Amino acid sequence: MSAQAPVPARSSHAQRAMRFVLPVIVFATGLLAWELVVRVREIPPYVLPAPSVIVLTLIKDWTVLSQSLATTLATTLEGFVAASIGGIALALLFNQSKWVEYSLFPYAIVLQVTPVIAIAPLLLIYLEQQTAVVVCAFIVAFFPVLSNTTLGLNSVDRNLAGLFQLYGASKPQTLRFLKLPAALPYILGGLRIAGGLSLIGAVVAEIAAGTAGAGSGLAYRIAESGYRLNIPRMFAALLLLSLAGIVIYGVLALVSHLVLRRWHESALGKEN
Amino acid sequence: MVERRTSSTVEASLTGLAVSLRGVTKTYDNGVMALGPFDLAVRKGEFISLLGPSGCGKSTVLRLIAELSAPSSGTVRVARHEGVPQPGQVLPGHGIGFVFQEPTLMPWASVRENVRLPLRLGGVPKAEGRARADAALASVGLADFADAFPRELSGGMKMRVSLARALVTNPDILLMDEPFAALDEITRFRLNNDLLALWRRLRKTVIFVTHSVFESVYLSQRVVVMTARPGRIEADIRIETVEPRGEEFRTSAAYSDYCRRVSAALAPSYSEQSTL
Repeated sequence: MSAQAPVPARSSHAQRAMRFVLPVIVFATGLLAWELVVRVREIPPYVLPAPSVIVLTLIKDWTVLSQSLATTLATTLEGFVAASIGGIALALLFNQSKWVEYSLFPYAIVLQVTPVIAIAPLLLIYLEQQTAVVVCAFIVAFFPVLSNTTLGLNSVDRNLAGLFQLYGASKPQTLRFLKLPAALPYILGGLRIAGGLSLIGAVVAEIAAGTAGAGSGLAYRIAESGYRLNIPRMFAALLLLSLAGIVIYGVLALVSHLVLRRWHESALGKEN
Repeated sequence: MVERRTSSTVEASLTGLAVSLRGVTKTYDNGVMALGPFDLAVRKGEFISLLGPSGCGKSTVLRLIAELSAPSSGTVRVARHEGVPQPGQVLPGHGIGFVFQEPTLMPWASVRENVRLPLRLGGVPKAEGRARADAALASVGLADFADAFPRELSGGMKMRVSLARALVTNPDILLMDEPFAALDEITRFRLNNDLLALWRRLRKTVIFVTHSVFESVYLSQRVVVMTARPGRIEADIRIETVEPRGEEFRTSAAYSDYCRRVSAALAPSYSEQSTL
C-alpha cells in the first residue's frame, strides 16, 4: 500500500464505527427473523412470544416489573458495596500481616469455589430472606475484589518502595501514597467483575427464595411467571435483567476509565 | 564467620569526609557474598564514580550508604547534615538523594507531585513543597513540565525529573545508580554535561555508579574500579584536568589516556568472567 498518512487514520475510524454498527445489525436481523417466524408459523405466545409482544408486556406490566427491578438492583447494590468494602478491607489486612493471610485465605477460596446456588437454600433457612439474598450477592462478588486488590498491593515497584523507605515514609503514608494508587487499576478491574457477579448472586438467591414461594425481585418474577405459564412476562423480566447487567458493567467501566485515563496504560489510546 | 568490626566498636573519624566505609561486607540471605571487604572514603564535595562489571556490588554500596540495606559486617558512616536544622526545616532522607537506574516515578502523579514526594513524606507544608518542587524542576530545565504526567515525557526528561526529586530535599550527598544507562548516547552526553554543571554550582558529594569507562572518566574526580563479585577495590584513579570540563575534554589526549588506564584496571574483572 502506498502509505499516505490520512488513510490508516480514516480506516481505523471506519473500523471503530463498524465495531458498533455490526452488532446492532446482527441484533436487528435476529429480532426481525424471530418476529417473522413467530407470525408466519403462528406460534402461540405461551410457547414463544414475539419480540413485539415482549415489549408490549414490558409496558403493560411496568408497575410490577419496575418494582421488581428496583428490588433486584437494591440487592445487587448492597451486595456490591459489601463485596467491595469487604474485599478491599480483607486484602489490606492480608497485606499488613502474612499470618492473617495464611490463616484466612483458604477459606476465601472455599467460599469462592462452592457454588452459590447450593449455599443459597441454607442461607435462606438461617437468615432473614432479604439478608440472605444480599449475603449471596456478597459471597459471589467479593472474591475477585479480594484477589485483585491483593495482587495490586503486591505489585508495587521495588525501587519506589525503596524510595519511600529512604525518605522515612510511615506505614500509613506508604499505604496512602504508594500502595493504594499502585493497586488502583487492579482494584477497579476487580470491581468491574464484582458488579456483574453481584447481580448474578442476587438473581441466584432470588430464584432459590422464589422456589420457596416468597420474594419480589426480577428473578422471582421469572420463577413465578414460569409457574403461571406467563412466558411473555418471563422474557420481559429477563430483558430487564440483561439490560441491568449491561448498565452496571458500563457504569463501572466508565468510572474505571475516568479514574485511570491520565496515567494508566489500560485507559490510554493505542498510539501511546 | 566472625564479625571483625561492628559499628559500636569502631569510631571512624569523619573530618572532611562525607562517606566512609570500613571493612564492609554484604552477604545475601541466599549465601551469595556480594561485597567486600570494602573500604572507601569520599571527601565532602567530591564526585566519584564506582565502576565495575555487572553484579560486582556497586549498587549494593549505594544501598548501604542510603541505609536501604544493612552491612553484614564493617561500618558505614555518613556525615549527616551539618548544623541544627532551622525551626520548621525538615530534612527527609537524612541529607541523601538517590537516583535509581530507572526513573522510578509514580505514574499516577504529575511531575510536580513526583518531585514534591520527599517533602510531602517529611511533612513540609504543601505551598512550600510546591515552590521547592518547582525550583528543583527549574534547576534541571523542566519548569514547563510541572503539570505533565510521567508517561508524557521522554526517557531523558523522566531521568531529569528523577534528578530533580533527589535534589528537592537539598541533600549533601547524591547517590546515582547507573542513572543514564538506559538512554541514547546523545541524551546521555547532554545529561552528563548538565550533571557536571549542577555539581559545579551546588558542590554536592556525588557517588555515581556506572559500567561505562568513558562516562566515569568524563564525570568524576576519582574513578574507583571494582573487582567482580565479591566486589573489592581494584584501583582508585584520580582524574586531573583543567576545570570546568566540557566537550573538548571528551576529545582530548588526556581523556583517552585516562580511559585506557581505567580500562586496563577493569580488564582483570572481566577476564575472570570469561566463561560467561
